[in-house]
Amino acid sequence: MAAFDDNIRPDHRIILEWVRENSLVLDLGCGSGELLDLLIKQKKARGHGIEISVDEIYKCVAKALNVLHGDIENGLADYKDQSFDYVILNQSLQQIRHVDRVLQDALRVGKKVVVGFPNFVYYRARMQILFGGKTPVNAALPYQWYETPNLHFLSILDFIEYCREKDITIVQQSFLGAERKVHLLPNVFAQTGIFLITKTVSR
Amino acid sequence: MTSKHQFIETKYFTFDELTLENGESISPVTIAYETYGQLDAQKANAVLILHALSGDAHAAGFHEGEKDPGWWDSMIGPGKAFDTDKYFVICSNVLGGCKGSTGPSSINAKTGKPYALDFPLITIADMVNCQKRLIDHLGIEQLLSVVGGSMGGMQVLSWMVNHPKSIRSAIPIATTAKHSPQQIAFNEAGRLAVMADPNWNRGYYYEGQPPDKGLAVARMVGHITYMSDVSMAEKFGRQKKWPSQGEKFTADFEVEGYLRYRGDNFVKRFDANTYLYITKAMDHFDGFYGKPVQDAFGHVQAKVMVIAFKSDWLYPAYQSQEIVKACKIAGLETSYCEVESTYGHDAFLLEIEEETHLIQHFLKKVLNINMR
Repeated sequence: MAAFDDNIRPDHRIILEWVRENSLVLDLGCGSGELLDLLIKQKKARGHGIEISVDEIYKCVAKALNVLHGDIENGLADYKDQSFDYVILNQSLQQIRHVDRVLQDALRVGKKVVVGFPNFVYYRARMQILFGGKTPVNAALPYQWYETPNLHFLSILDFIEYCREKDITIVQQSFLGAERKVHLLPNVFAQTGIFLITKTVSR
Repeated sequence: MTSKHQFIETKYFTFDELTLENGESISPVTIAYETYGQLDAQKANAVLILHALSGDAHAAGFHEGEKDPGWWDSMIGPGKAFDTDKYFVICSNVLGGCKGSTGPSSINAKTGKPYALDFPLITIADMVNCQKRLIDHLGIEQLLSVVGGSMGGMQVLSWMVNHPKSIRSAIPIATTAKHSPQQIAFNEAGRLAVMADPNWNRGYYYEGQPPDKGLAVARMVGHITYMSDVSMAEKFGRQKKWPSQGEKFTADFEVEGYLRYRGDNFVKRFDANTYLYITKAMDHFDGFYGKPVQDAFGHVQAKVMVIAFKSDWLYPAYQSQEIVKACKIAGLETSYCEVESTYGHDAFLLEIEEETHLIQHFLKKVLNINMR
């Protein structure tokens, strides 16, 4: 079923909808720069990525992107407060050691922060644990326990609760299943949660 | 160029006087330089290559009658990183050098003899000011890029800070904004080796024997710092030279023979006083000019590509990251890559494939922005 009609990744499509034109963006864990490239081409964004893998750096450079080789944990401290319109942490949050520190720093550096992560309690994962008795492996969590880069296994509910506790405003949220957006019981039926959050009051 | 096989010739540009950073002056000043490719009608495709400690103006191609090409020939030429079908590439010998530019071995117009230690102390910015004069002479208002490794990278930083409007982009490679105590220490060991050679004669050796022994030891120390533990192990292992020469303290191991060979070869082409002057300029260089990192690049405008190498312990990646930090805070469009390599500091002359990929795409981007 073709729920999404072009080659753009569904999570990237959602982020593209959220980001305003001519924004300054910082993509933390930008990978091969696919999303950054789309933001520049379709949204006239400016900005750069931070990426730890040298092979991904080469791909970013080939796309004429600005990219800094390094890890996310230490990369944010240098930036001034509110120096980006958006800081993006898409599919990288779960691989960061000090999530809270990085998120707080991202909220300091960016006026808004995009966070996308796999929902660990997606119903198939629940079934794999409950009936299979094994650590879940699925499209959003494709790794075996012995090779996963993921350090944190959080749910959509966990993240919403975190935002409430830390006084973080959720501006937008979107949930993706295997093939389409999920509206009903996202903590059960969504493989991926994407949030647009901010710390600044009133907008 | 009419043919790919055309020989390259070094050219010379002489101007009346240069006032140095320390207020002293040199008069006249000659700068040796070479160019490759064609300057376009808008004079917008010029790339200035800045050489390291022992480099010279001969960066690419062949001089007539010589077997070896220029020192960065693998990067400069048709289809290469600095594609001479697209870019006009310039490389000049630094002020203080001994390969055609005015330096301590040049004739002092006042005395008719080589300057020797009458040559004033120079800085990286003085070298760059000479390059600026050369660029003006060539009628180029703005360079597409300035690029260099090691001491060449220091000159890149000096261009960024001191001539921000004259460059569109900058590529500092395997370099630092300032030398660490460790880097100064290695340079001082080299300088003391030169000065401990009785032939040095307080710098006035041009009418007698030059301090070859001392300079060779200085170069040996240098070569040790340019390689890595791994690259030395791979190149030499504990291989012994055979047969043993009968004496007690001979070069028994391959690595010893290699260092002696490199040292002896170096003195044939390099002036000991130049070694002293240039290493001093490197040690005193401060690319942030005393400012804290957050103010260092406040007025810099260039797009920047910083490149470091994993096994480079002489110019470790943290020093490149400090440059990146200054770029980040200044809001410059910056890319940074720490290239995987086991070659140590020498990597900037050897990791051609990776450097070519990074630089080719970066230059293309800068050129395209110009076109718009």
